[in-house]
Amino acid sequence: MHIADNIATEEKVITIKGLYKSFGENHVLKGVDLDVYRRENVVVLGRSGTGKSVLIKIIAGLLKPDEGTVLVLGKNLQELSREEIRELRLKLGFSFQSSALYDSMTVRENLEFPLVQNHKNIRRSEIDKAVEEVIDAVGLAQTINQMPSELSGGQRKRIGIARTLILRPEIMLYDEPTAGLDPITSIDINNLINEVQHRYHTSSIIITHDLTCAKSTGDRVAMLLDGTFVKQGTFEEVFASNDERIKSFYDYNFIEQ
Amino acid sequence: MNGNQDVGSRTGKFTGFFIQIYDAFAFVMRFFKEAFVPPFHFKEFVRQCYYIGYKSLALISITGFITGLVFTKQSRPSLASFGATSWLPSLVSIAILRALAPLVTALICAGRVGSNIGAELGSMKVTEQIDAMEVSAINPYKYLVVTRVMATTCMLPLLMFYTAFVGLMGSYMDIHANEQTSFASFFESAFSSINFLDYWASIVKAVVYGFTIGIVGSYKGFNAGNGTTGVGQAANSAVVTSMFLIFIEEVIIVQITNFLRTGT
Repeated sequence: MHIADNIATEEKVITIKGLYKSFGENHVLKGVDLDVYRRENVVVLGRSGTGKSVLIKIIAGLLKPDEGTVLVLGKNLQELSREEIRELRLKLGFSFQSSALYDSMTVRENLEFPLVQNHKNIRRSEIDKAVEEVIDAVGLAQTINQMPSELSGGQRKRIGIARTLILRPEIMLYDEPTAGLDPITSIDINNLINEVQHRYHTSSIIITHDLTCAKSTGDRVAMLLDGTFVKQGTFEEVFASNDERIKSFYDYNFIEQ
Repeated sequence: MNGNQDVGSRTGKFTGFFIQIYDAFAFVMRFFKEAFVPPFHFKEFVRQCYYIGYKSLALISITGFITGLVFTKQSRPSLASFGATSWLPSLVSIAILRALAPLVTALICAGRVGSNIGAELGSMKVTEQIDAMEVSAINPYKYLVVTRVMATTCMLPLLMFYTAFVGLMGSYMDIHANEQTSFASFFESAFSSINFLDYWASIVKAVVYGFTIGIVGSYKGFNAGNGTTGVGQAANSAVVTSMFLIFIEEVIIVQITNFLRTGT
């Protein structure tokens, strides 16, 4: 396994075994197995509608699987109470495709909100310090008093990531971090994902169909096709495959870009 | 479609209906489970009270005043034919406090507040803001639903009394203009016909209507479909369902009140 800068350890932070999920007659995940190691960035590649987002929503406890086990930081999600899931979520960061910023709050209020709600007795000075740190980490200190509607797509993504970082997560889940962004902004976001991994020592799952993003952020790439992972390895290993479906995915991305 | 598919489809719809009923029931029950257990989001509750209560005052004032004024004008000819216009203050006060104030306040709030809650939460649902709260270890039901339902339940009785007061003022203006009744004698006559049960029945009605508006708006918002159409449908459905339930509740509460008043 190729691991960037050899920072990943052999300790598993996420273990998924035999995961199935259907929506009515639409069988999205059909026996998915995946391990994520501490301080590793795993990219899940696949076409739209193949269940990539469903996979990380199951890991975050937003969806329940039909079958299979999901262990996050050694805890089986299906066996946890609501309160235990809440405690586990303090260690998970989720960056949404749409950024999901609270549109009735300013950027500062968006960043403060998870901290204030989860630490009732926190002092004002501690909140200000934490906000300053995460907004500096994403390089958007000048937007602190703006409303989300005043931000560009790239800025919204960055603030969305900053909002998750304020709780100091151990695991980051990125849902299509570069979707809808121009190539230059996409590169900025890819760099930010790598910076987050180094600065906050996070393990990450990055859901994308953008090969540039996959190549620049992934220590390991897992190719999701027809509800299962058909190939896992480094970017080069995955796309050296003779599987026609993987080849066509590469060609499609190449032509698209 | 063949016969079996038809039966299957009908069975599916039938089951779906009961699943929806169960879902709505579970949503309501969750309120009682979550509302009285910490953490309490007091700041958000006060903010919602401000939006639901204070921001509704202008609309309530105009509607309440016109209701009192028009009701008095419409009732005068009938009472005048019996030479009983002196009964107008009593008639109007009973009508306003027992029926018009709770119902008018509830319908106005169902339109203004219910649709707002449905659209706001629906919009948060489709833009994944509710999921964002959940993954940040914040209970969105407690933060968004409990605070709003508590606010509508607390604000409706206050708004109802305000509507009654403004309605009586509208009535007084008309009676004073026509019968030259003084302010003191109008209110003495108006309140002499109202008893303790009338006040309590109106408060109970307003509390029930407030709870209905809040919970229906929240439920519709939380279960909004995707896209802008889903948000629009959630807002629309919140108003229609709230109004329908308010009328049903009105009939039930009136029956109970009449039973307590007369024993029949």
